[in-house]
Amino acid sequence: MSALFTEAFLTALILGAVTAGIPLMLAGLGEQISEKAGVLNIGIEGMMLIGAYTGFLVAYFTGSIWLGFFSGSLGGMAVASLMALFCVRLGLSQIVIGIALTLGAEGLTALLHHFQFSQSYPRLEAVESLAIPGLSALPVIGPALFDRPPIIYLAIAAVAVTAWVFRSTNLGLALQAAGDKPAALDAAGVDVIAVRTGAVLTTGLLAGLGGAFMAEVGAGIFVPFMTNGAGFIGIVLAMLARGRPLWVLLGALLFGACLSATTALQVAGVDIPTDVIQMLPFAAVLAILVVFGRRASLPPALGSHYVRGAR
Amino acid sequence: MTDPAASSGIHPSPGMPDPLIALDHVTKRFPGVVANDQVSVAIWPGEVHVLLGENGAGKSTLVGMLSGIQQPDDGGILIEGREVSIDTPATALSLGIGTVFQHAMLVPSLTVAENMALGGKAWTRPDRQGIRRDMDKVCTDLGITIDPHARVGSLSLGEQQQVEIVRAVLRHSRVLILDEATAMLTPKGAQELGALMRRLVARGLAVIFITHKLNEAVEFGDRITVLRLGRKVGEIAPDRLRTLGSEAVTAEILRLMFGSHVVGADTGGRRRPTPTGETVLALSAIDVPDESVPVRGVDLTIRSGEILGVAGIDGNGQKQLAEAIAGQRRLGAGTIRLAGVAIETLSVADRRRLGLRYVTDDRLNEGTVGSFPIALNLVLKQVGEEPFWFRGVQRSAPIADHARRLVSEFDVRTPGVETAIGKLSGGNIQKALLARELSGEARVVIFAKPTYGLDVQNIRATRQRIRDAAERGCAVMLISTDLEEILELSDRIAVMDQGRVVGVVDNDADARSRVGALMSGAHR
Repeated sequence: MSALFTEAFLTALILGAVTAGIPLMLAGLGEQISEKAGVLNIGIEGMMLIGAYTGFLVAYFTGSIWLGFFSGSLGGMAVASLMALFCVRLGLSQIVIGIALTLGAEGLTALLHHFQFSQSYPRLEAVESLAIPGLSALPVIGPALFDRPPIIYLAIAAVAVTAWVFRSTNLGLALQAAGDKPAALDAAGVDVIAVRTGAVLTTGLLAGLGGAFMAEVGAGIFVPFMTNGAGFIGIVLAMLARGRPLWVLLGALLFGACLSATTALQVAGVDIPTDVIQMLPFAAVLAILVVFGRRASLPPALGSHYVRGAR
Repeated sequence: MTDPAASSGIHPSPGMPDPLIALDHVTKRFPGVVANDQVSVAIWPGEVHVLLGENGAGKSTLVGMLSGIQQPDDGGILIEGREVSIDTPATALSLGIGTVFQHAMLVPSLTVAENMALGGKAWTRPDRQGIRRDMDKVCTDLGITIDPHARVGSLSLGEQQQVEIVRAVLRHSRVLILDEATAMLTPKGAQELGALMRRLVARGLAVIFITHKLNEAVEFGDRITVLRLGRKVGEIAPDRLRTLGSEAVTAEILRLMFGSHVVGADTGGRRRPTPTGETVLALSAIDVPDESVPVRGVDLTIRSGEILGVAGIDGNGQKQLAEAIAGQRRLGAGTIRLAGVAIETLSVADRRRLGLRYVTDDRLNEGTVGSFPIALNLVLKQVGEEPFWFRGVQRSAPIADHARRLVSEFDVRTPGVETAIGKLSGGNIQKALLARELSGEARVVIFAKPTYGLDVQNIRATRQRIRDAAERGCAVMLISTDLEEILELSDRIAVMDQGRVVGVVDNDADARSRVGALMSGAHR
C-alpha cells in the first residue's frame, strides 16, 4: 500500500475530486440559497438534468462551451421558474412539485435524447484549461487545481460571492428573514414572494450550470439520468452546511473525492473490485449523515407557503 | 356618551384640524363572520387611544386594516383628511403607521441591528454602525436599554417589544399600534410599557393601544373606544375620562363591553369550609428530571372536593410537575396514587381512564389539533374507544352528537361542530378543552394556567367551571401564576420555587402575605 500515495495518485484524486465536486457544489450552493429563503427545493435534480441536456445540446451544435454553460443555466432557471410559480406563488406543496419536476425532467431528457441520438452518441471535445501562472507549476495541486477549465474558477468565485451576499448585504438579511420569519420580513416592507422567487431562480441557475458542467466538462457527453442523484447530494450538503457557503464547497470536494476514487485507485493500480469502489460515495453519504446528520439545521419556515395575515 | 357625533369622533367640531387617521365606517367580512361592522374611529396625535374589547370583538382585524395586512370591504381610511388605500405592510410603513404585533415581528436568528436594517436596499451593506448610533439616541430619549448586537432570539418578549417600538420610532412612524402588547408581559413590564407610551405621545406620536384588560385601558388611555362583536359600542373622550373617576369609567366600560347585565365583583369569594373528603391524589417524593428546572421531592395530597392552588413564579417546575402527573413525562422517583392505586407507571390513556384529567396551558400546540374539527378535538383523548370508534372504525354520528352536547353545555361559540378548532378565538378553544377534560368520570383535574390570555367573561366562566368540578367531588390542582386567582379559588395553597414545593398554607386571612413571602424566596 505504500505505493498508494504517489504523486500520480494524489493528482488524479484531487483532479477527480474537483471535477466531480463542482457540480455537487453548485447544486449545494443553489439549494442553500433556496433553503435560506424558506423553499425546500427538491426539484434541483431535475434542474441539473435539464441544465446538462441543454448545455450539452447547445455546446454540441454551436461548438461553444460558453454558450453551453449559458443555456444550461437558462434551462435550470426555466425549471426553477415552474417551481417558483407553483410553490412560491400558488403555494402548492414544495415536496410534491419538487418530485414532479425531477421525474418530469428525467423523462423528458431521456425521451428527447433518444429521438435525437439513437444511432450515435456524440462526444464533445475536451474543454480547454486555463493555467494560472506560477501556481500551476506546483507539484500535485498545480495540475489538479490551477490548470483547469476557467468555469471551475468561476464556480468557486460563486461561493465567495454567495458568502458575501449572505454576510454583508441587506439581501442576505432578507433571504434569512424569508426562511426564518417571513411575516417579519413582510412587516418590514419587503415582498416575501419576490425574495423567494429570486432565490429559487438563482438555485435553478446554479443547478443548471452544475448540470451543464457535468455534461460538458465531466463527461463530455449527455447520457440519460446522468446526474445520478447529484442534486440530492446537493440537498444533503446544503443541510449539513447550515447556511455556510464555504462548508458546501468543502463538503462537495469530499464527496467528489469519494466519487473519483475509482479512477485514482485504478491509477494507483490497487486491485479492488470496481463495485466496491463505486459504493464508496454512497457509503460516505451514509456515514456522514450518521455522524453529522443531527447537526443539520433548517430554517423554521422551510417548506411552508407564506400567506400574509393567515393564522 | 352615546351622542352619535361625539362617539363617532370622526367629524370634529369646525375649526379643529383633521385627525391623523380616521377609519370611516369600515366593514370587514370573513367567511361566516362580520369582523368589523361600520366602525368609525379617529386617531389624534399626542393621545394614547385604547381599543378595548373581548376576544373576537374585532380589534385585531381593525389593526390588520391599518397595518396593510387586510383591506376593508366597505368604508375608507383617511390620513389627515385624504383617503388612502393601505394595501401592503410597506404602504403602511411609508404612511407612517408602525405596528407592534402581539407576536413579535422580528427575525430571531438576526441581531437587533440587523432586524432594524431589514428592508434596506438589496445590494448595500446593512449600516450596522449608523443604526447603532440612531438606536442609542432613541433609546436614551425613551429611557430603555437594548444591545444592538444581541441576537433577537435571546431577548425576552418584553425586550423584543421594546425593539419593535424603537424600530417604529426610527422609521419616523407618526402612529404606533400596539396589538395586545401587554399579553406577554409581567405586571412590572406592563407598567414600564405604560410609561413608555406616555413618553411616545409626549413626542407627538399617536399611540393605538389594543387590549382586553380593563385596568390597563383606564390606566394608560387618553381616549377609549370600546368594541363588541365587531361593532363600536362607545367611545370615552379624554375630558370625560379625566372628569369621571376610574371607578365610574370602569363601570361604564363594563356596561359597554358586556351589555346591560353588570358583571360585578365575584360572588364566589372565599370558599366553603375545608373539605374533609378522602384523599384522592397523593404524590410522594416525586422527582422529575428536567434540563432547566428539575422537580425534586414533591409531597402533596388533594382530597375529594378540594382545590389545591399551586402558586409560584412561572417556570419554577409547575409545568414539569403537571406533565409528570398526567403521564406525559417520566418520573425520576416517587409514587403517584389515585384513590390508593399507584399510577406512576401507567400510560396517559390509562390514567385518563382512571379519572385523571389535565387541562394544559398550551391550548394550541398540546391541547388541540388546530386543523381538526371541534368534534374530533373533543374525543382526541379517546381515540379508538367506543362508542366513538367501533373495531377501529371511526363513527361520525356519535362523535358529532357528543360534540353538539358538549358545545351547548359548555357554551362554545362556533359556527358548527365541524369547524376547525384553530379558527375559534382563544376563549372558545379553552371552553372546548374544558369540555373535553371535565366531561365523563373525572376524579382528579389538573389545571395549568387555565385563564391565561382569556378575557374577563371567559375568565369568570372558567373559574366557575373549576369551582363546579370541586363541588362535584373532584380533587383539583390549580396551577396559576395569578395570585388573585389562587386566593380566590383555593382551599390550600402550595408554593413552588426552583422545582420544590417550599410550603403549603391554608387559604386563610393571612395567606396572601405568607404565600407572597414563600414565592419571593424568603425561605431560602
